[in-house]
Amino acid sequence: MPALAGKELRIVGFLCNWCSYGGADTAGVGRFSQPTDLRIIRVPCSGRINPLFVAKTLLSGADGVLVSGCHPRDCHYAEGNFYARRRLEVFKRFLPTMGIDPDRFEYTWVSASEGQRWQKVVTTFTEQIHKLGPAPRFGFAHEQNPATAAAC
Amino acid sequence: MKIGVFVCHCGSNIGGTVDAARVAEASREFPDVVFTSDTMYACSEPGQDGIIQAIKDNQLDGVVVSSCTPRMHEPTFRRTVERAGLNRFMFEMANIREHVSWIGKDKEANTNKAIELTGIAVEKLRRDQPLFAKQFDINKRVLVIGGGVAGIQAALDCADGDREVVLVERESTIGGKMAKLDKTFPTVDCSSCILGPKMVDVAQHPKIQLYAMAEVEEIGGYVGNYEVKIRRKAPYVNWDLCTGCGLCMEKCPSKKSTDRFNEQVGSTTAINIPFPQAIPKKAVIDPKFCIKLTKGKCGICAKICPTKAIVFDQREEIISESVGAIVAATGYDLFDISKYGEYGGGRLPDVITGLQYERLLSASGPTGGHVKRPSDGKEPKTIVFVQCVGSRDKSVDRPYCSGFCCMYTAKQAILTKDHIPDSSSYVFYMDIRSPGKMYDEFTRRAMEEYGTQYVRGRVSMIYPQGDKLMVRGADTLMGTQVEVEADLVVLAAGAEAAVGAPQLAEKLRISYDKYGFFMESHPKLRPVETNTAGVYLAGSCQGPKDIPASVAQGSAAAAKVLALFAKDKLENDPMISLVDMKRCVGCGKCVRVCPFGAIKEIDVRGEPKAEVIETVCQGCGLCTATCPQGAIQLSHFTDNQILAEVNALCQL
Amino acid sequence: MSTYAYYPGCSGLGTSQEYESSTRAVCRALGVKLVDIPDWSCCGSTPAHTVDHLLSSALAARNLALAEDLDAAAVITPCPSCLTNLKVAVHRMSDREFRMQVNKLLDKPVDRSTPVKSVLQVLAEDVGPETVAEMLPHKPLAGLKVAPYYGCIMNRPPEVMQFDDHENPMAMDNLMAALGAEVLPFPLKVECCGASYGVARKDIVAKLSGKLLQAAEDLGAHAVVTACPLCQMNLDLRQGQASSAAGHKFQLPVFYYTQLIGLALGVPQSELGLSKLCVNPRLALDAMHAVQAEKREQEAKKEAAKQIHKAKAA
Repeated sequence: MPALAGKELRIVGFLCNWCSYGGADTAGVGRFSQPTDLRIIRVPCSGRINPLFVAKTLLSGADGVLVSGCHPRDCHYAEGNFYARRRLEVFKRFLPTMGIDPDRFEYTWVSASEGQRWQKVVTTFTEQIHKLGPAPRFGFAHEQNPATAAAC
Repeated sequence: MKIGVFVCHCGSNIGGTVDAARVAEASREFPDVVFTSDTMYACSEPGQDGIIQAIKDNQLDGVVVSSCTPRMHEPTFRRTVERAGLNRFMFEMANIREHVSWIGKDKEANTNKAIELTGIAVEKLRRDQPLFAKQFDINKRVLVIGGGVAGIQAALDCADGDREVVLVERESTIGGKMAKLDKTFPTVDCSSCILGPKMVDVAQHPKIQLYAMAEVEEIGGYVGNYEVKIRRKAPYVNWDLCTGCGLCMEKCPSKKSTDRFNEQVGSTTAINIPFPQAIPKKAVIDPKFCIKLTKGKCGICAKICPTKAIVFDQREEIISESVGAIVAATGYDLFDISKYGEYGGGRLPDVITGLQYERLLSASGPTGGHVKRPSDGKEPKTIVFVQCVGSRDKSVDRPYCSGFCCMYTAKQAILTKDHIPDSSSYVFYMDIRSPGKMYDEFTRRAMEEYGTQYVRGRVSMIYPQGDKLMVRGADTLMGTQVEVEADLVVLAAGAEAAVGAPQLAEKLRISYDKYGFFMESHPKLRPVETNTAGVYLAGSCQGPKDIPASVAQGSAAAAKVLALFAKDKLENDPMISLVDMKRCVGCGKCVRVCPFGAIKEIDVRGEPKAEVIETVCQGCGLCTATCPQGAIQLSHFTDNQILAEVNALCQL
Repeated sequence: MSTYAYYPGCSGLGTSQEYESSTRAVCRALGVKLVDIPDWSCCGSTPAHTVDHLLSSALAARNLALAEDLDAAAVITPCPSCLTNLKVAVHRMSDREFRMQVNKLLDKPVDRSTPVKSVLQVLAEDVGPETVAEMLPHKPLAGLKVAPYYGCIMNRPPEVMQFDDHENPMAMDNLMAALGAEVLPFPLKVECCGASYGVARKDIVAKLSGKLLQAAEDLGAHAVVTACPLCQMNLDLRQGQASSAAGHKFQLPVFYYTQLIGLALGVPQSELGLSKLCVNPRLALDAMHAVQAEKREQEAKKEAAKQIHKAKAA
């Protein structure tokens, strides 16, 4: 699905169910208005996120990826976000090697009570991505070959 | 596969900023979707019946509901599809309310976003498999952490429900904050007279095992099967022998020990029983002040003790307990008044907290119930009460209302007049918050019957002048500055999360807010549950509460525990990891990464393989992200499902 | 001891010359090396900062930029008002955009951030009351009862000033105690003296300063000690006005804390500038000497009694 032309960029969020997804819900309940670009994919824990998901998302044409979990030490599964923190930090440093601007990827911690914080995170990250503009496409953008598209 | 999509208007909650009909129409284009409709309230009875009917009429294999957050109604709709004969995991939700309609007003962008979110739910559903729960045994004992009034109530109710209770209390006696109060509002009941009998019940109940002077060290396991390690500190007294006679206290020569029970109004002996109604009524030695333990000489208590209970070389011990459910009732602590430098708390001896004032009013307190100010022991004639010290003040990071201070201040003003009839009291307040049965009437009595002067405004400064305290503040109703010459100032210190609350939350694997209060599962509808199954909340650990509310929540938590224990077997959540034996290379990384010990290594024809213990797995998916082979997959959140969602969003 | 870039401020050249000269003398005596900021100009105080924050910050920043070349440990100033302006400018310039706007106005842009401190902070933290006490084992100001008065802006707002307790500062208390003086627990340490209302509303200054003087007198102070030219002026020069407003004659000398340190260290009178004070400082110093003399007498008596006792025993 292409992003809403001229208005939105494609931003994908991976959120843990217990804290950040709840934080986004809290922001909704509080009617804290946010940019509409972000699409949230729910996962049980930030530790469930394989950094390759993020790589795949960026290489498939997303303009930005946001990962959010519970605050370190406050994980529903005791230690999942510690693994996430280590993996994602290394991954972020690795992005330039893949030819991807590391500013297109952020990870953060938002608890279920922090609706206002979530609003701020989304707004700041969306602004950051809009400042960077659409991500450069990787070669096959022009071809529009359905086979290639399905393969990635 | 045949999929049905149901888009909810939620009245105008979604319909106001999302074109639900268009979302339904557009969803027809998604693969495998054979039926779509938009409905006013999907969760209502006709809404659910409509879904069931559509499943039957169209032989649907799976259902997507685009409505509110799955954290709200996922269980509801799972039951709906189950009633229609589907497996309850053949269902997905798209959150188009909290994440779409409520956070933006652009109808076009919202509708587009709602369509896309529905699209990724369809892609995920196409890869869903039916899942089936396993049953496992449940240990029907309950751990209650904290022996304040909420914990006492929860423990007694569970024990009366014929369940074994382990009650852990950090201090050497149960009773908590309520035991320190002189009287309670709005009835002006004697606090220890109404709490005392409950404390005795705890001590005598055959189903309650009480560990005082103990803290929870470690918690493992899961609902129905928690393993708890309890650290029991050394009282340096053999409690099996101690009769609580108090002879040791009379003779102890170290009389300058910190008096924690009396909120450090005065001091006490190094060997001590906090108060006459203490449960357990046992002596405890404070090792920081005991002359024998600090200097090696003395031992008078050991010589005088009729039962030879003193054990100077006692060590703390670790006790293991197995329980099936946990009630956290750890209460609150007081805001540190010295953070308001302009009030001089901690610097000026006659500026005290409300709880310290309770000890001065109490007949069992250090002054025997005669109000004497700490500096010179004189009876104060003019007393100023300052409200909201550490409440409703962003500048000290306490923007919340502590709830009960308005009431206890009114009570203290009334009690002051009873104790010292020729005294006058002033209360500086921001607003009077008295929304309870007989509460507002009570504050009116303080003003009208007892002549307490209520001044609406904040105090800006308290400074000594001679042996008086000058209290300078604003009277916002008169629009003037006021100065009151006081003998004693009582600060209504706000409530904050108990010391160590965040650390306990981390052990319990429950969430806490930025102030350290524990998070309930739903602020309205699941106020005593947490997001960790089998862990419940009671009392002020969840947010400041007065006594009736704490007692009610203690009972409510007990009801939840008893309901859980009504079943003989529990069902696991089948969204767990499963190993593909063909792919597993037996590297053991998943075994090491699992926080629950839910994966074991097994031998399959001479080769090591991983195996998930299905009732132990909690479904976090750490192993799935770790496995180099992709051999272990978290059901319902497989790599393929997540990547399908990504693909749906990012096809070029 | 490191070198400090010194910013004297305009009061030091006019109304508070005695503060200026005693500050320099005390710093010299304590080994604090001052290098004047060359071509220093207005700090951006009241007339500027009440109308334009950018202009005010640019004025302050000009001096900070000039100080950069001195390679000093900090920019220091005796005057709390200058201190506030310099610190607020630094605080505001932590915002990149604001910093760029300020730099646009300056010939020489600010590119480092040299810390800004008061002279009091340097004496209290970098030199320290312990060092001062060691230099003065005979406690020259013993018997002098002082009420230290910091004024309202030396420590506030705390997030900008970052010095001492903003409700109960102790820096000057500790320095005075190091001189041997008896420091009274002055409860109105950080109250307002009326400040520049002395020009527009004398009645307000008379009332507020009167309150301070009354509190100091009630405590039995021989003198008030200040660290601010404006506070000193209101309490000292306007003591008569405060007296008539209160209907009670105050006679409390008001020292700069540097004058008392200088006095203890034996700085020459010409630099102390005690003669510039309006309320005669003799009142306090005589009281101190009387206390000291009485103490000496008592000790002599005690010694004599001991001798007699010894002689008898022998």
